[in-house]
Amino acid sequence: MKPVFTVTKGLIPVDTSYCPGCTHGVAHRLIMEVLEERGQLGNTIGVAPIGCSIVAHEFMNVDMCESAHGRAPAVASGIRRVHPNKVVFTYQGDGDLASIGMCEIIHAAARGEKFSTFFINNGIYGMTGGQMAPTTLIGQKATTAQEGRTKEQAGMPIKVCELLAQLDGAVYIERVALDTPAHIRAAKKAVQRAFDVQEKGLGFSLVEFISTCPTNWGLTPPESLKWIKEKVIPYYPLGVYKNPEEV
Amino acid sequence: MSEKVLMKGNEAFAEAAMRGGCAFYFGYPITPQSEIPEYISRELPKRGGKFLQAESELGAVNMAYGAGASGGVVFISSSSPGISLMQEGMSFLCSAEVPAVILNVSRGGPGVGGIQPGQADYYQVTRGGGNGDYHIPVFAPARIQEAVDLLYEAPAIAEKYRNPVMVLADGMLGQMMEPIILPEQKPFITSEEIAVKKPWAISGSAKGHRSVVKSLRMQPEVLEAHVNHLFEGYAKMEQELVRWKSEGLEDAEIVFVAFGTLARLCNETIELLAEKGIKAGIIRPVSLWPFPYKAFDAIGPKTKVVISAELSMGQMITDVKLAVNGKVPVKLINRTGGSVPTSIEVRDKAMAILEALK
Repeated sequence: MKPVFTVTKGLIPVDTSYCPGCTHGVAHRLIMEVLEERGQLGNTIGVAPIGCSIVAHEFMNVDMCESAHGRAPAVASGIRRVHPNKVVFTYQGDGDLASIGMCEIIHAAARGEKFSTFFINNGIYGMTGGQMAPTTLIGQKATTAQEGRTKEQAGMPIKVCELLAQLDGAVYIERVALDTPAHIRAAKKAVQRAFDVQEKGLGFSLVEFISTCPTNWGLTPPESLKWIKEKVIPYYPLGVYKNPEEV
Repeated sequence: MSEKVLMKGNEAFAEAAMRGGCAFYFGYPITPQSEIPEYISRELPKRGGKFLQAESELGAVNMAYGAGASGGVVFISSSSPGISLMQEGMSFLCSAEVPAVILNVSRGGPGVGGIQPGQADYYQVTRGGGNGDYHIPVFAPARIQEAVDLLYEAPAIAEKYRNPVMVLADGMLGQMMEPIILPEQKPFITSEEIAVKKPWAISGSAKGHRSVVKSLRMQPEVLEAHVNHLFEGYAKMEQELVRWKSEGLEDAEIVFVAFGTLARLCNETIELLAEKGIKAGIIRPVSLWPFPYKAFDAIGPKTKVVISAELSMGQMITDVKLAVNGKVPVKLINRTGGSVPTSIEVRDKAMAILEALK
């Protein structure tokens, strides 16, 4: 009998440390499936961030290193100088990329670094237990915004795709979501395009994944998916923010 | 081929690190070492290496970590406030056992301080600065030629122990010119060699196994075992990397302890004291960590005082007191904030100290 589905060799067959209903596992799988389909599993170097996914290297079956908080784009820039012909990516959460690592991501994008960044936006600090992130929505509760984030006290959430799309070095920027099968299929296409852009040496590529954090949102997994549809996507519109003609 | 040239310190440092095999440099401008990224940006690409101006010292040290974890031989440089920013990365490099060559052309502090020579980073570079249990070997040259020789050797030391190595020069050495002999260019490591010689490096798992370079160890017993493993390496470094130069200790009344620029100045002071009939000697630590405690065994019975001469409010004196261990008084002669004493000023202060002890 011909199998209709096999788990990608890009994932190490172990249980992940992620919570039930968290979409890190979906994002991991999409990236690794695409790398396997491209025949690049043995030719790839990934950078894990600080955050829940610091242990991504325990699940992603490629050479990887950890990085200090926010510094993954600088680390990947160093890797790229030594290995100009490998596939290089960073995998970063919203605290890592959009708060402490904003300087590094902006400059990597501005330099047109030829690596891809997969940006997990779940609107909260997961690993440290639910503090306000730079992407936390107005009104959304967090342990450091217990009555909900207000514009007056904490300012407005940061829209990373819109921000980075202003930079000439950033050539492919897309925001996708992991809340529905259709969105997940679209997300996989975005991962493919990011690696296409990298392979062609066109410049910096980033895919933002609107993701869940049921544990720290205080919602069930189904409620979390509903929250994405009703609250998150209206503020963070899905779509391609920058796309080179060649891809 | 070796060649004799007249070079500015900073440019000679850059040349030596490249000739020692450093093929990757990441840096951010800061006085008094900006000639280093300038020189390397021009010279390194000609030799097949890569230069990248970082967005900050945080960026630079983390680029170095990425390149070093990838198997590249890496050089970074900065000056005191920039080194402060790099400390996060230095702790991470040590934890992840990634080699790198770091040059600190130090200046006065604290804070942004000034841009004139200083030695007030002694505690920072010998005691950590970053978090956690780690050490970085630190070598303090007194002449440009010595800095060249140390920076030429540093990549091999860093690779041998899989740990960063620091050379601590000061702004005086960086900005002055001296005739030097440059050693010959060592070949840069190739991608093929990385896969074979550095199986731990992240270079793509097609090499036959998967590599992970990491720092996180959540289980206390696992982290403890890792730190113990690191300290086996530090114990070896303490045995193998301790270096110093001493002169005239046998019958010295005064023994100076000084490193870098101030050691040169103390050599002049020793001649000035001899003219006054006072015999003085010097211990010059070349390695600040590991500190040459055993150099002090050679201090003779005629010594009345050991003087730590420093361009700081007195930091190395902590190690000098540990080394002397109460056998004779330990005193400080110092200037700070970028001020450098004259040899006559040091002589007069030393004579006053000796007089007060009588």
